[in-house]
Amino acid sequence: MPFISHTEEDIQSMLASIGAASIEDLFDEIPVALRADQLECVPPALNEMAAGRLMQERAEQDGRYLNFIGAGAYEHHIPAAVWQIATRGEFYSAYTPYQAEASQGTLQLLYEFQTMMASLTGMDISNASLYDGASGLAEAVLMAVRAHKTARRVLVPTAVHPIWRQVTDALVKNQGIELIPVPYDARSGSTVAESLKGFEGEDFAALVIQQPNFFGVLEEVDELTDWAHAQGMLVIGAVNPISLGMLKAPGQWGSKGADIAVGEGQPLGAPLSSGGPYFGFLCCKQALARQMPGRIVGRTVDMDGKPGFCLTLQAREQHIRRAKATSNICTNQGLMATAATVHLALLGQEGLERVAAACHANTRMLAEQACLVAGVERVFSGLFFHEVVITFDLPVADVLRAMEAQGIMGGLDLTPWYPELGNALLVCATETKTQEDIRKFLGNLERIVSRRSSGPACTRLKPAADNPFYQNGNK
Amino acid sequence: MLIFELSRPGRKNLAQAPAAKPEANDIPAHLRRGDKPLLPEVSEMDAVRHYTRLSQKNFSIDTHFYPLGSCTMKYNPRGANQHAMLPQFLARHPLASEATGQGVLACLYELQEMLKDVTGMAGVSLTPMAGAQGEFAGVAMIRAYHVSRNDVARTEMLVPDAAHGTNPASAVMCGYTVREIPTDRDGNVDLEALRAAVGPQTAGLMLTNPSTLGVFEKNIREMQQIVHQAGGLTYYDGANLNAILGRVKPGDMGFDVIHVNLHKTFSTPHGGGGPGSGPVGVSERLLPFLPIPIIAFESGRYRLVTEKDLPQSIGRLSGFMGNTGVLLRAYSYARMLGAEGMRRVADFATLNANYLMAELSKAGFDIAFPQRRASHEFIVTLKGLKEQTGVSAMDVAKRLLDKGFHAPTTYFPMLVPECLLIEPTETESKQTLDAFIAALKEILDEAHANPELVKTAPHTMPVRRLDDVKAARELDLVWKKA
Repeated sequence: MPFISHTEEDIQSMLASIGAASIEDLFDEIPVALRADQLECVPPALNEMAAGRLMQERAEQDGRYLNFIGAGAYEHHIPAAVWQIATRGEFYSAYTPYQAEASQGTLQLLYEFQTMMASLTGMDISNASLYDGASGLAEAVLMAVRAHKTARRVLVPTAVHPIWRQVTDALVKNQGIELIPVPYDARSGSTVAESLKGFEGEDFAALVIQQPNFFGVLEEVDELTDWAHAQGMLVIGAVNPISLGMLKAPGQWGSKGADIAVGEGQPLGAPLSSGGPYFGFLCCKQALARQMPGRIVGRTVDMDGKPGFCLTLQAREQHIRRAKATSNICTNQGLMATAATVHLALLGQEGLERVAAACHANTRMLAEQACLVAGVERVFSGLFFHEVVITFDLPVADVLRAMEAQGIMGGLDLTPWYPELGNALLVCATETKTQEDIRKFLGNLERIVSRRSSGPACTRLKPAADNPFYQNGNK
Repeated sequence: MLIFELSRPGRKNLAQAPAAKPEANDIPAHLRRGDKPLLPEVSEMDAVRHYTRLSQKNFSIDTHFYPLGSCTMKYNPRGANQHAMLPQFLARHPLASEATGQGVLACLYELQEMLKDVTGMAGVSLTPMAGAQGEFAGVAMIRAYHVSRNDVARTEMLVPDAAHGTNPASAVMCGYTVREIPTDRDGNVDLEALRAAVGPQTAGLMLTNPSTLGVFEKNIREMQQIVHQAGGLTYYDGANLNAILGRVKPGDMGFDVIHVNLHKTFSTPHGGGGPGSGPVGVSERLLPFLPIPIIAFESGRYRLVTEKDLPQSIGRLSGFMGNTGVLLRAYSYARMLGAEGMRRVADFATLNANYLMAELSKAGFDIAFPQRRASHEFIVTLKGLKEQTGVSAMDVAKRLLDKGFHAPTTYFPMLVPECLLIEPTETESKQTLDAFIAALKEILDEAHANPELVKTAPHTMPVRRLDDVKAARELDLVWKKA
């Protein structure tokens, strides 16, 4: 029997001990009418070899592409040691470390994780992970509302990742919390002071600042942070952890620093894997410690005074506080935090700086050279980190379809999300892209765009993009 | 030793990094990082050795028996991990076109269909990233349903006192107040109390079945009717689905919504605290409210269903498609079990639990509900032992660590004093169960002969009992250079 070890003799002696005639008898407290006859949609068992072959065929069917899509999930080199260590059974198959004495490995590792994330974001403390960046932003918004006490509205620029805004809304709206959009500046692509003026003097719990924002553009974080603090709001910095190898940490924004830093941890060791599992990180100032959601590990001593680690501040959590908990989160993304910790240890300061610099340089090269192609332009003038929006006189879906035929995932079509931008493509070139890769992208872009400008209409590809992301005009 | 203490300034591990650090001369100083983050400067070998050694300080399923009640710590098949980590699956961007994701979507679609079957529900969404998010989704759908009918006076969610803490916390996140329903002497939800509690303010009932007391709710259909007649909806917490997998379909009991923990019943790894996965299943009337995306199969191809198709959806709960890699592991596991294998899960999880309960009872342990069958778990109460010897459930749990067994769940559910909630799962052999019984007997003897030994346990772990009061009072959450 797959994954069950009982012999016939075991079964008989166990039933005898229980005093039952059969296994069937053990279910005799379940009303007969509720017992199911059989499963109709579960096929017969496959052994590991057959299941492996099936999965291999499906993986090969999906193939591999040269990827230039970012938009919240980024392709980075993951050192071989990261997943070899993370999938060691002692990490992979352990439970949440409630029994601290038997979980010192996971607990110490999470303490190291918290140290790295707090330092990376420039904040005082960190939790031990959340589900992902999008739901992490929702938790940060809830936290800010709890901390602020009076306001239940939060300012969220439209240059913040559109899906993150949707997820946050879905997770907070039932508590009567409202997200108020702040428009971006059409020229620079950033959130400017002018757009905030109209909100002065009103009661908001927080301003969310995404750095770099969804367009890849850098926000004037100092100015925005100081403005929000002057208005009595908290500042939630939503940051890409790789960018923090180059960009100012949220804890240093403006004169007082952001209050909460949150983000998608995927760039730190999590494979793209069609969307997950990733992890969210959440760091904050010390004063907000008791408002944090999720697991937190603390260092303490044992009965003999020897240093050790345990889960702490559990009085915030659902298993103690129940209806009064700071969040309903229980299981988080421990294994992804494990991978991230090993990943950051292997990169170190210098490695992280190099990855950030290489991502930036590659995207800069791509953007500059793309603009040399006739008919291709950058949409925004603002500085960018490792993503950029370009435009051309051709439906983006057509360009992407033609790129895909050449084995390239060319970027994200922004038209359904930001129709006002026209044919806008969000492109990202991380450190995984060689100059040759970028030339291949540019060569195809040039070929596709130029054919369109001279070719007949019938050469156009089928326009319907079939990505779910595209099917939503909401932003 | 912390990784930071191994670190030496100037030590670089450049095998993992890009070869050069191009100058970013376009970015002005006020947007640049001024300080160096506290990341270790260690060699690759230092890091590998450090984290390998840390791993050795953990208990895990791969190394120890883990009878944690309501956590279903069964063996995580290595094959499922290998299948989910095939390079093409790992490399695929979540926003890549659907045409290039037909393989992965086929797996997810079939998982959805299998979960519909085992839960007996009309529709399933795979997106919730953990059980608690599944609960949130379920309660949010109940709320959306009432709101869509303009039935907005329903403000209260009923939760039995034996429920996991996530139930009331999830209800509050959806804007509800929580009313607790007591348990009767037999371990069932108190029907009279439920009857008295329902009314026009009732949004619904969240019920875990089999309950965390380790018993099947005998009056489940009556409970169902009481809540439905009051206009409320019923939520089935599938935390303990392992006990009835393939044998009972919650949909057949008339529930409106269920969540399933794939990291329990479908054997995806717990990972030291996640990632989990908590798909939700719904009855016909809640189909329009399912969280998105879900997967459809039309005209020979798979596609993601979004708000365009489901305008009343409660929305998105994750940045992309939930914990896809966890879903792939669950899919692989389900295929390796097959229909017969699923029923066997319930059979042997139940056999193991009832055998342990019978043997421990014979060994002199007090069973909380001895008149009942165990589901896949049961409760031992050490109230008598504590009165006689001063040895508590916590002490016994810690002493078990010395004997090479992870502790059962302790002090949960809260209504049974000095309790151990024990769930062996189907993947443990009789030999392991017998060794566990022998260890508990030894501890019982020790508690009488030498209670201090048990009260000061563990004695063989990397650390002894930790001062958690100090941990909470003198918060030390990040390391700082001395």
